[in-house]
Amino acid sequence: MAKILVVTSGKGGVGKTTTSAAIGTGLALRGHKTAIVDFDVGLRNLDLIMGCERRVVYDFINVINGDATLTQALIKDKRLENLYVLAASQTRDKDALNIEGVEKVINELKANFEYVICDSPAGIEKGAHLAMYFADEAIVVTNPEVSSVRDSDRMLGLLASKSRRAESGEAPIKEHLLLTRYNPERVTKGEMLGVEDVEEILSIRLLGVIPESQAVLKASNQGVPVILDDQSDAGQAYSDAVDRLLGKEVAHRFLDVKKPGFLQRLFGGRE
Amino acid sequence: MSQADLLDQDPVFQLKGSMLAITILELTGNDLERLDRQLASKVEQAPQFFANAPLVLALDKLPATGSDLDLPALMALCRKHGLRTLAIRAGRDDHIAAAGALDLPVLPPSGARERPLEPAARPAAEPARPAEPAHRPTRLITTPIRGGQQVYAQGADLIVMAAVSPGAELLADGHIHVYGPLRGRALAGIKGNPEARIFCQQLGAEMISIAGQYKVAEDLRREPLWGQPVQIALSGDVLNITRL
Ligand SMILES: Nc1ncnc2c1ncn2[C@@H]1O[C@H](COP(=O)(O)OP(=O)(O)O)[C@@H](O)[C@H]1O
Ligand SMILES: [Mg+2]
Repeated sequence: MAKILVVTSGKGGVGKTTTSAAIGTGLALRGHKTAIVDFDVGLRNLDLIMGCERRVVYDFINVINGDATLTQALIKDKRLENLYVLAASQTRDKDALNIEGVEKVINELKANFEYVICDSPAGIEKGAHLAMYFADEAIVVTNPEVSSVRDSDRMLGLLASKSRRAESGEAPIKEHLLLTRYNPERVTKGEMLGVEDVEEILSIRLLGVIPESQAVLKASNQGVPVILDDQSDAGQAYSDAVDRLLGKEVAHRFLDVKKPGFLQRLFGGRE
Repeated sequence: MSQADLLDQDPVFQLKGSMLAITILELTGNDLERLDRQLASKVEQAPQFFANAPLVLALDKLPATGSDLDLPALMALCRKHGLRTLAIRAGRDDHIAAAGALDLPVLPPSGARERPLEPAARPAAEPARPAEPAHRPTRLITTPIRGGQQVYAQGADLIVMAAVSPGAELLADGHIHVYGPLRGRALAGIKGNPEARIFCQQLGAEMISIAGQYKVAEDLRREPLWGQPVQIALSGDVLNITRL
């Protein structure tokens, strides 16, 4: 039976889709059969970041409505054997999702995969609620700024009270904090919250810190999840996060301001 | 019996009795303008508490001789303040008729409410519930209270053993104790008990209030005891903040 993982935040644009693609790909890279499901109906970003947007035939809503089977709708990744994507519909609105339909699809995925990653839309309304409702674990994606931390806090409240686990009195959803778009220089200057500040306010386990990185933009333009760019800081940080998710102890990296190396200082260089 | 007949016997519902805590707005006068003003000031004290609160409108305490009551206008007024009318409690025929016109359930006047649920089928109902104790046990919360969440200790004290986030709201008819950082709102003695107090390990609240007297973060931040362990008590209509 699969573990259902929701990637959520409350706030938009913090890196949920980037994270869903990276973590899902990372799990598949480590041999776990994984499906990534786009709950952001009407926007459809995940398939772009995964580089499979030209192969979308059927989507999540089609499966819910019975227009297609799950097998028909799942898009197999070209790079990895164990990786599948279920795209969101671009043409429907959010009301096309309903709890019975989502439950049906999730249960079917559960029987066939080891991990199901649910990429949540922004907000705390219906779409975000459906994305987290069936979750076993949650990755709460947060940027080091006050508004994002507040939205994450709010989302943590909903995870603890409005999920299936909460409503049926089962063990609560396991919560992980993923701090993304972290910029140590701006933290030093006091323009952003530091890791400790965010950990203190949200008081949940830190899964990882992903630095603000050019590599993310480059990767998403190419339709390659950034975790596959193992030379990049963001790719390595996501790799560490996946290892921690699987229970490994890995020290946190990329928390401090980089000192420019000797050659870089001489010749200048890329940031 | 055929398959279909058998299936037809399968119950698709269950009747359940339940005791709900519900707000009753007992009208003693029929002056909608005054009600509007008074409700507004009540709501201001605990806006979250009133947001979408279910309500029974009790009309049975209205003076028998008063002017006619405009039930739709009364409900609209309550709605404006966040209260949503579920039913009215009334004895007068014109009130019952007005509710009937709106398809609104009518409860019998207070004191005459004890009616068995299924009069014929179950003569020996469950034993009567013991009377509600005047003081309920303290409400104890051990997990963080996040922004957007609200906890109300009705008729009781409230103890929170974890952090209270900005945007969270604590309400108690009695005292409030917070053993984590208090960063949200805390309203003690909300039914007007001036003896209620607030105790916290780290004062970082957005608002504190006792019996309707309040201070917001802007004032609290100027306190020398901001961030410190404090107790807050009301003397007269002044909120006193002292070190714990
Ligand atoms: N670590 C990062 N460094 C730089 N840019 C990032 C990083 N993570 C996300 N972004 C950028 O932020 C934007 C929003 O990311 P996305 O994953 O779509 O967020 P969400 O799904 O939460 O709305 C995208 O343009 C993405 O490229
Ligand atoms: Mg997204």
